[in-house]
Amino acid sequence: MKSKIDIKNLNLFIGKQQILKNVNVQIPENKITIILGPSGCGKTTLLKSLNRLTDLYEDVKVSGEIIIDNEDILHSSQDVTAIRKKMGLLAQRPYPLPMSIYKNVAYGIRISESENKKTIPQRVEHHLKQVNLWDEVKDRLNSPASRLSIGQQQRLCLARGLAVNPEIILADEPTSALDPISSQAIEEKFIELKEQYTVVMVTHILRQARRIADYVIFMYLGEVVECGTAEEFFTNPKEEKTKAYIKGAFN
Amino acid sequence: MSVFSRKFRDKTALFWMIISLVILLLMPILLAIGLYLKSLPILNGQSFWELISESDWKPMQGKFGFLPFITSSLWVTFLSVIIAAPVCILTAIYLTQYARKKVLAFMHPVIDILAGLPSVIYGVWGVLIVVPFISKTVAPFFGLQTSGYTILAGAIVLSIMVIPFILNILIEVFRTIPEELTEASLSVGATKWETIKYVLLKKAYPGIISATGLGVARAFGETIAVLMVVGNVVKVPSSIFDSGYPLPALIANNYGEMLSIPKYDSALMLAALILFGIVLLFNFLSRMAIIRSEKNQ
Repeated sequence: MKSKIDIKNLNLFIGKQQILKNVNVQIPENKITIILGPSGCGKTTLLKSLNRLTDLYEDVKVSGEIIIDNEDILHSSQDVTAIRKKMGLLAQRPYPLPMSIYKNVAYGIRISESENKKTIPQRVEHHLKQVNLWDEVKDRLNSPASRLSIGQQQRLCLARGLAVNPEIILADEPTSALDPISSQAIEEKFIELKEQYTVVMVTHILRQARRIADYVIFMYLGEVVECGTAEEFFTNPKEEKTKAYIKGAFN
Repeated sequence: MSVFSRKFRDKTALFWMIISLVILLLMPILLAIGLYLKSLPILNGQSFWELISESDWKPMQGKFGFLPFITSSLWVTFLSVIIAAPVCILTAIYLTQYARKKVLAFMHPVIDILAGLPSVIYGVWGVLIVVPFISKTVAPFFGLQTSGYTILAGAIVLSIMVIPFILNILIEVFRTIPEELTEASLSVGATKWETIKYVLLKKAYPGIISATGLGVARAFGETIAVLMVVGNVVKVPSSIFDSGYPLPALIANNYGEMLSIPKYDSALMLAALILFGIVLLFNFLSRMAIIRSEKNQ
């Protein structure tokens, strides 16, 4: 199993509070890795430190290394916008940008790749097809993205992330605001996407993790309790806390 | 307490709430009707259009042209908002997107104090600082001579006065934009400034319009501070270095005096009605703009 992201001794403080405690995990390439754990355990913070959105927090202190493609992205010499472009982000709720459906997908391409303006329409179409949204929106590409249903918006946000050709997809409980059918659409999409991308997804829904995970990182109170392949994690957990969590003791 | 009496109290409370609401809604309507009735004598003599397009103001001869006052008001108001709006937008962006939370917490009471200062203080400040600054520095720079009591002085004083109002609304507007929207933009590789320019300003647009509209409405009606620095010369201003005579100043300076002149009080009431109408119009227009831009988001 080739690892895509290598997290070493990651510690993160906000003020005096330690949110992440000495996290050491490897995230495999072209697999779906699920970060699992009860709320407030640091899952989202771990996810957001991967594309340095944690920079936005006030009084944040990070130490350790996050190595992606042989480079430590936490190193101050790194270009943050380039790091972020490598990763598409899907949030808990869809947040379409305040512009049209078309412009939402084109946004990332327009600001970061000034050379090939002519190919933008084709790329927008390609990425909307990639998330199975094209047929639903092709006649109203110029209408505001906010008029789409929540499920459609979430797929649009995925297309927006994919449009800048990322290598990694980060998802923070991406189905928590969606109805079961839209959730299923996202889950199926992820399984398809892992052929080309490395998917890292935060969830607290055990069943969802069972359905789609290849690899699981289980966190509790800022620490990684256990990590390993999904099969091993669910059938043969080693730690007591993991066993309790799988049985539903924390929920 | 019996069930009947409890229900009765329940109904009574509701009744008074509705009465209060009705009074609140009736106030502006009654105000408008009152002003209209009071200005009927002058409206009966001349057409409304004639009155607002004439620039001759000679009450002794029965000539009442409102154009100088209306144009002065428009000049001062728009100039002040043109000065204030960019300052407010930039400050609000800095305070909500860049500054530490402590800075914003510190600025909130400061802004409230600025908003609460009596307008006469701003007027005195204008007379002592702004007027001499214009007559000694700004006007000579453009090769002009003026006493300093100008449209520009009024606009500067007014812009300082409306800044706290516009700023307070804008801070709220930018604060209520979800952080996830910023994250969404940053995560496709946008820089912070690109995020502000293409996403946050766009999202805040209806709020910016409404804040500016309220600023205009407030600036339009502001009286004391403006009349202290604007010169109060009855003339249609042709540059920002001319003196002006805005509508509120006209009413405040003259009401209660010279009312023996025929139709004079009626003319002042019409001035008030015009003021009222224009403020109402701006409120209405900015509300329309908000609704339209919200639909397009």
